[in-house]
Amino acid sequence: MWQAIHRNKIKSVILIIVMGMLLVVLGASIGGAIANGTPEGILGGVMISGIIWFIMTVIALTQGKNILLALSGAREVSHDDAPQLYNIVEEMRIAAALPATPKVFILESRAPNAFAVGTPMNAAVAVTTGLLSILSRDELQGVVAHEIGHIKNQDSRFMTIAGIMLGVIVILADIFTRSMFYGGMGRRRSGGSKDSGQLQLILFVVAIVLAILAPLLANLLYLACSRSREYLADASAAIFTRYPEGLASALEKISSSTLPLESANRITAPMYIINPLNKASGTNVVSLFSTHPPTEERIRILRTMASGAGLDAYDNAYGKVKGGRIIGSSDLRSAEVLELRGIKPPQADVNRPKQTREANDILLRLNKFNFVNCACGLRIKVPPAFAAPSVTCPRCGVKHDL
Amino acid sequence: MSGALIIGIVVIGLLILVGLWFLMTYNGLVGLRNQVKNAWAQIDVQLKRRHDLIPNIVETVKGYAKHESGTFEMVVKARSAAVSASGVQAQAKAEGELSGVLSRLMAIAEAYPDLKANQNFLALQEELSSTENKIAFSRQAYNDQVMIYNTRIQMIPSNIVAGIGGFTASDLFELQDEAQRAAPSVKF
Repeated sequence: MWQAIHRNKIKSVILIIVMGMLLVVLGASIGGAIANGTPEGILGGVMISGIIWFIMTVIALTQGKNILLALSGAREVSHDDAPQLYNIVEEMRIAAALPATPKVFILESRAPNAFAVGTPMNAAVAVTTGLLSILSRDELQGVVAHEIGHIKNQDSRFMTIAGIMLGVIVILADIFTRSMFYGGMGRRRSGGSKDSGQLQLILFVVAIVLAILAPLLANLLYLACSRSREYLADASAAIFTRYPEGLASALEKISSSTLPLESANRITAPMYIINPLNKASGTNVVSLFSTHPPTEERIRILRTMASGAGLDAYDNAYGKVKGGRIIGSSDLRSAEVLELRGIKPPQADVNRPKQTREANDILLRLNKFNFVNCACGLRIKVPPAFAAPSVTCPRCGVKHDL
Repeated sequence: MSGALIIGIVVIGLLILVGLWFLMTYNGLVGLRNQVKNAWAQIDVQLKRRHDLIPNIVETVKGYAKHESGTFEMVVKARSAAVSASGVQAQAKAEGELSGVLSRLMAIAEAYPDLKANQNFLALQEELSSTENKIAFSRQAYNDQVMIYNTRIQMIPSNIVAGIGGFTASDLFELQDEAQRAAPSVKF
């Protein structure tokens, strides 16, 4: 497990370096193209792009978690608001041996989905009310385990850094192509010697080509990394729960839903357990531009894990379904064999109306509704604006003091 | 430079390298041992939590199922045995027995529809089953950590450092009862 994470880290560092180099080259050629190809221009371009990147990264790493949570419209819940959800998060935190319990958030949406942000010390897990209403406890545990896997594997931090780099590259390329289109500002100033004019022309062509290619290339790198991290988070979920079927059947249910997640957008999409934007198309074709691997494939890999719940079992299953390896054989030398959990007694089917009601109750509790349990079995939900000192049970007529 | 000087430098360099390796391995072992201790503390927290929950549950069930006093007594006895047990092996045994008696108590509760509809009981039931899950998961994390630690202190060459530093293998936390090794039961 630890070797796999270490290896992943090395890959990530390489990716960050490649993206950083793309950023530097793009900055240099734009600077050079604008400022007559002088060394000052090239240096200036590098420095400006570097400063933009630095500021954005600092903001993202210190405030990123809060910004993403605010963007998604998630609300924090305590143990008393949503005991089961909170308990499941705590269970998975223990299984993953995280140093701190992640904060738990809830999103008001009928679309079933979930995401995680933050570092192992300071993380947050968010699920939608739609997810709570359609999954059994084991399935919910699988989804939460996947999210905790992202936290454990430091995916959120890495994807933030890589995402910011991608963003800066896109912005720089955008500014350059636009300024070219509207002003041709570089050309107007070229009154120097013939030599520097020629150099500038070359830099100009390079800058245009880079401005077109760099965002594309950076995006592809970013998305490839995002996909491989989804597989690793699935493998982590199997290790934590020792029960891959839970996540598999949860993925099946989530992917069969076609409800849109209103608050998701292109920036937040890679965070979710299943891409919230792909729902409408209904297709599961993986392309170079997918943030997530095809869900059917993820389900099939989890269900092929017959020999155990460890990384090697996941790797073998991946090989059987797709061919090749996802984790890399060198990491598996010391892989311990992890037993799968025993076959469970059949449990009651998911009671969707009841669970939907319970999920909505969580929101009502967050909105400061007062819950009164009447002896006749009715639960009265009193809104915070209700001013009277007592409420009468509509079924049995008993008065309850508030 | 004379030959003796070069040999001297090489020997000193090698000694420094070996010393560095020793230091790093020793520190790595200390880190692993602390992780084992921490994982054990996690189990302990959850076991205590279960001990705290049991009186509440017994009281709630008593209100509805008065004539099951035999089972209540067994639960209380198993609980106090588990509270007073010390050492990994003894504790594992006592906790395994407590789990068995508790599942019998919860089976009794199934026969009383009024009890099953009680909000207080339902909340306690979720807490208990989640605590059982947490015990299972912390045990799993502890055993994984012990495996890594034990492997490390038995393998060449880190076993040399372990021998000098006095690192000894830790016990796995295994439950005796076969039924307990199966999945923690989950109820809604």
